[in-house]
Amino acid sequence: MSGVEGYMYPNEVTLYWSVLIVLYPYITGLVAGAFILASLERVFRVDAVKPIYRLALLTALAFLLDAPLPLQFHLGHPERSYEMYFTPHATSAMAMFGYVYMWYLMAVLVFEIWLDYRREIVLLSQQSKGLMRVIYKIMTLGSNNISERSLRIDEKVGWIVTLIGIPSAFLLHGYVGFIFGSLKSNPWWSSPLMPVVFIFSAMVSGIAAVMLIYMAVTKLRHQKIDMRCVDAVAMYMFYIFIIDFSLEMLDLVHRIYEADESFRSLDFMVHTKLYFSQIVLQIFIGTLVPLILLFLTQVGQFGEIARKRIYVLCGSLILIGVFAMRWNVVIGGQLFSKSFLGYTTYKMALVTREGLLAAIGLTILPLFFLWVLLKLLPPWPKKEMQEAAAGD
Amino acid sequence: MNISRRQLLILLPAAAVAWKYVEAGTPEASPNYEMSEHWWGMLIDITKCIGCGNCVRACQKENDIPDGYFRTWVERYHRTDYHLENPEVISPDGGKEGFPSVPEGTQGDYFFVPKMCNHCSDSPCTQVCPVGATFISPDGVVLIDPKYCLGCAYCVQACPYGCRYIHPEKKVADKCTLCYHRITKGLTTACCEACPTGARQLADLKNPNDPIHAFLKTHTVQVLKPQMATGAKAFYNGLDGSVR
Repeated sequence: MSGVEGYMYPNEVTLYWSVLIVLYPYITGLVAGAFILASLERVFRVDAVKPIYRLALLTALAFLLDAPLPLQFHLGHPERSYEMYFTPHATSAMAMFGYVYMWYLMAVLVFEIWLDYRREIVLLSQQSKGLMRVIYKIMTLGSNNISERSLRIDEKVGWIVTLIGIPSAFLLHGYVGFIFGSLKSNPWWSSPLMPVVFIFSAMVSGIAAVMLIYMAVTKLRHQKIDMRCVDAVAMYMFYIFIIDFSLEMLDLVHRIYEADESFRSLDFMVHTKLYFSQIVLQIFIGTLVPLILLFLTQVGQFGEIARKRIYVLCGSLILIGVFAMRWNVVIGGQLFSKSFLGYTTYKMALVTREGLLAAIGLTILPLFFLWVLLKLLPPWPKKEMQEAAAGD
Repeated sequence: MNISRRQLLILLPAAAVAWKYVEAGTPEASPNYEMSEHWWGMLIDITKCIGCGNCVRACQKENDIPDGYFRTWVERYHRTDYHLENPEVISPDGGKEGFPSVPEGTQGDYFFVPKMCNHCSDSPCTQVCPVGATFISPDGVVLIDPKYCLGCAYCVQACPYGCRYIHPEKKVADKCTLCYHRITKGLTTACCEACPTGARQLADLKNPNDPIHAFLKTHTVQVLKPQMATGAKAFYNGLDGSVR
């Protein structure tokens, strides 16, 4: 049989979780990471990252709106997906997706953004014209009180929401890791470390994404990049990356040392079918290179331009590396037989519902969502807004 | 076509026998069947399997299984003393058309292992189904409601035995139903019926008169991958340690 080496159970030859299921944990990871970055300012009072607080929240929302789409595209019967909300199966980790997602979307992200932007929304609803006025009016939800007292209440409630949001972000992404880690049938996935590794790699990728988006958007707006902010972001990214790398290495060393019945099969896979995506892309290019570069920025003295270039390079490599990690988990976990006697091949289609083009589209889509959100809720102070605020 | 009186007399009893099997294909309720009185499993005797593929063909015909997908299949193991842990296994087209002959003078043992859903009493596939479309019936059969299944394939990933697939046309999970439409009418499964050596035996563990009880007393049986603790109910006689 083409693409099969050794023996696969006959039903294992086809991979049922495609590149879209690679995208799903990748995108939810970006959401969780972006939110954790935003919470640094809000909860932990890290002033240096203040310039990207709102951008991080909007980025998280843009990616969160995109997150369920790969799943919808993947389902054999997407029209039945509402059943997960109405008749969830209590023992299924996947059944919790709907609830965790809705909680995170509505109770955390949208609520926090609304509270943070409420004053601007009210002002914009008064100043805008035509359709935009209607949109902003709706967004006020009928709450036009922007007195000092009510804004203070917003601030307090927002703080509490962020506080709840941090464990929620962990829950959202930890649960994605649990979906894989809790399957005893698959030794490549089955590990209690899986949710933790997913959370830390999510934080690293989310922070990298927001940092790159901030630098790109600031450049496009012909504004000066706040290096104090970017330096602080890079520092947090570096420290979290060390934890993430340590956990992944712990998992690897544990597997090698324990060498259970699946080891020979998995080891062969890593040295053949996954060599490029795991050893080259994930570990070398996506982890070791950015870790070393970030380490150098922490201990050495570099000029502003050099630092910017290093950060852009590291951010991009991290995004590639974390994507490769998701790929290796999802696709790698289906390439070997559960008989441990053979291997199959993943043949990605191009123009199908779960093909390459759909995957590219769903990766770009959140950037479009973000563009709309940035137009609707600019995260930077606008001149006229500042004037309006001054005239209060 | 002309049929003589003599031919008709021969055909009528045959048609009468065949009719209940035709009826079994329709999934209407079985009025006299009490689910609480049964607990179904399967006995597979490796020492009797000759790898003819009858069971695979019968299953595919009975259940209208598309080509390339299998509710049951047969594997041929080639185990040598030198590679006890790493046998050579083949299952060309699920063993549907049998197996190539063994070359003269080959070292080691050859044996056949029929595989199917183990109808586990603690089934991982049932555990992970997000909507409960996969369920264990009160008589111990793991079934799928095709009108309810989302086609997410989480159950496919969760099955340690590779027994599930996504039906290419229906876009839902599919697997062995233990011929539920037949066993609830007092018939055996299509694969058991087609097996010429009796290597497969439907077993009702709640029925004290079922021969399974005598067999279990006198033989040492094993389940596949016992370390998975799935409560598998496909009991194998003569299972070699190299089988996975």
